[in-house]
Amino acid sequence: MLHIHNVKKNFGQFTAVHSLNLEVERGGIFGLLGANGAGKTTTFRMILGLLTPSQGTIKWNGQELSYKTSDTIGYLPEERGLYPKLTVKEQLTYLGQLRGMKKSHILEAAEAWLKRFQAEQYLNKKVESLSKGNQQKIQFIASVLHKPELLILDEPFSGLDPVNVDLLKEAVKELNEEGMTIVFSSHRMEHVEELCQNICIMHKGKAAVSGHLKDIKRSFGKKNVVVHADFDLMYLTELDGILKHHRFTDGMRFQVEKEEVAHDIFQNIYNKGFVTKFELEEPSLHDIFIEKVGAANE
Amino acid sequence: MQLMSKFWIVLLHTYRNKIKSKPFIISTAITMVLIFTIANINHIAKLFGNDVPDKIGVIDESGVFYPLLQEQVKPLKEDITLVSVSDEKTAEVNVSKGKHEGYLIIKQSSEGLPEGIFKAEDVTKQSSIDDIQNALQQVKNMVSVESLGLSTAEVEKMYAPVGFEKVSLLESAKSEEEANQVYVLVYVLLLFIYMSVMMYGTMIATEVATEKSSRVMEILISSVSPVKQMFGKIFGIVLVAFTQLTVFAGSVYTALQLNESISGKDSMLDILNLGSIPLSLYIYAALYFLLGFFMFATLFAMLGSLINRVEEVNSLLTPLIMVIVGAFMIAIYGRENPESAVVTIASYFPLFTPMIMLLRVGMTDLPFWEILLSFGILLASISIFATIGARVYRGGVLLYGGSPSLKLIKQALLMSKEEKKIEG
Repeated sequence: MLHIHNVKKNFGQFTAVHSLNLEVERGGIFGLLGANGAGKTTTFRMILGLLTPSQGTIKWNGQELSYKTSDTIGYLPEERGLYPKLTVKEQLTYLGQLRGMKKSHILEAAEAWLKRFQAEQYLNKKVESLSKGNQQKIQFIASVLHKPELLILDEPFSGLDPVNVDLLKEAVKELNEEGMTIVFSSHRMEHVEELCQNICIMHKGKAAVSGHLKDIKRSFGKKNVVVHADFDLMYLTELDGILKHHRFTDGMRFQVEKEEVAHDIFQNIYNKGFVTKFELEEPSLHDIFIEKVGAANE
Repeated sequence: MQLMSKFWIVLLHTYRNKIKSKPFIISTAITMVLIFTIANINHIAKLFGNDVPDKIGVIDESGVFYPLLQEQVKPLKEDITLVSVSDEKTAEVNVSKGKHEGYLIIKQSSEGLPEGIFKAEDVTKQSSIDDIQNALQQVKNMVSVESLGLSTAEVEKMYAPVGFEKVSLLESAKSEEEANQVYVLVYVLLLFIYMSVMMYGTMIATEVATEKSSRVMEILISSVSPVKQMFGKIFGIVLVAFTQLTVFAGSVYTALQLNESISGKDSMLDILNLGSIPLSLYIYAALYFLLGFFMFATLFAMLGSLINRVEEVNSLLTPLIMVIVGAFMIAIYGRENPESAVVTIASYFPLFTPMIMLLRVGMTDLPFWEILLSFGILLASISIFATIGARVYRGGVLLYGGSPSLKLIKQALLMSKEEKKIEG
């Protein structure tokens, strides 16, 4: 398993990561959330051994990552980069070889992946002639070609259209089912909610929240109540225990302090008119993120 | 399982990509065409027919010297043809119509010796006028010798050059002929080092900068250590350089052979008589070339790693290129004054050593310890530059933003100092 213990990283006067503690189980899929500049990329670079922590230890299966183990690691950097003048085949061959693969294996694996991503016609095309979405697919293939034990994806879905996001998401899920440990970052909450069992929300280099997604939601306490009705619901905002409200065309969403407040709301509306929808929702990761990052801002 | 060391993968990748890139193939082809053209320029010039001999009109007022002059000019028949003209008016018309380049009036002096007046539109066209003057001088000599009634043996004695020999007191000093050959060879070698360092150094810097600017670098350094990557790249380009230089050297040789077979004369290679130059000079030249090349390659790779965009390559490389140009200038100056203090001092400045030391080895009689010392200096600088270079490279590749400067080098060094991870 991946064990990050009390890690700190300074760049001169600036501290990019403060005493970070994380554990990622083998075969798990872990989401690292955070706004830009929260320290996600720095954390990844430290995991990979590209940067050395100023303090603390990072271990994968009880061992620090170095160039000796790099063949078992896959990495998709946030800043995408491929050789523009090379063909997809040359590109993947080189990057695969650098991860310790044989040429014949590379071609086999590359063709399978390209087929899966409906991009097999690009095998002998130069990267610069490919669309941005296709370039990202190639980049993703390059990071998983050698079947790494640990896969690190920095913002894997950014800049992709919904179809390709789904394609990649399915691939990530499948790789995880095959036993690959995956750590990825995103600022898109829905991707993290869908894929991860465990998460960490980073803010200004610190872990604002971390743990099992369900536990985090449960311990957050606050829930959402969605009401759709054919009368005005604004008066409900006067109730005790309503923290936030959001209006949309045919109803409102209220964030409530605890589940009991939902009962009060229900008591208030059931005889006021026709209610088309009443639902008590788990808090979304989005709410938690805004709350935690907002709170830590103060 | 480790199939192939990653260093070799990087090296071969660099080599293959460069060798089959279109700009590389095109520039190599153009250079080969240039080599063939320059080496055979004499034949090519003939093809265009520019080389017709100058026609010179001759008015022989003496009535005796023309045949003698004709005889003297014969060996120059490719350059000059003499045509007898009856009077000055005709001669002038011939010149103004462009039939003749000029005309010569030969008179007989009171002592019975020839005198000449040469007239042409432009009397600054030296070569044919000098040839005519020399020929007339010969005629004059012949006539005066004849009038003195000397025998051929006596004349030969008179014109035989004085015995004069230069002997150096140093036992190992170079003979004059040898010195001349070395002079030419050193010049060729200096030019060779200068050009290859410039060409391939820039190539290395651009390669690194391209990888960095296309952001492929981050994947690369997550799978190969920056040190292996940097040296893989450097040696890859060294291999490219060897390939290209071998092709060029082959072209030069073939082109000169071709020239020889067309003209039937000795080729330039035979005239240079490269075999007579001591083998040790070639060995020293090869060593200075290799060490110098490697030293500059490291510096170029280091600078390349600091660049964000390929467009910045030029501005960042300028200082280093100035140093190389400086070394070349000193070397040119030193060819005339190889013993001067400037040259001696400069030869111990590491960045100048490869060129200037080669010059001193070739042109002067250097004690062996100085040569050894210079190799020591070069090796030491290479290891220092390689260490610093690898560190800056390490830090530099992760560093984006900011214009390249000394501050950036410091930043990159600082960054890599904090990264004291074991290289695997």
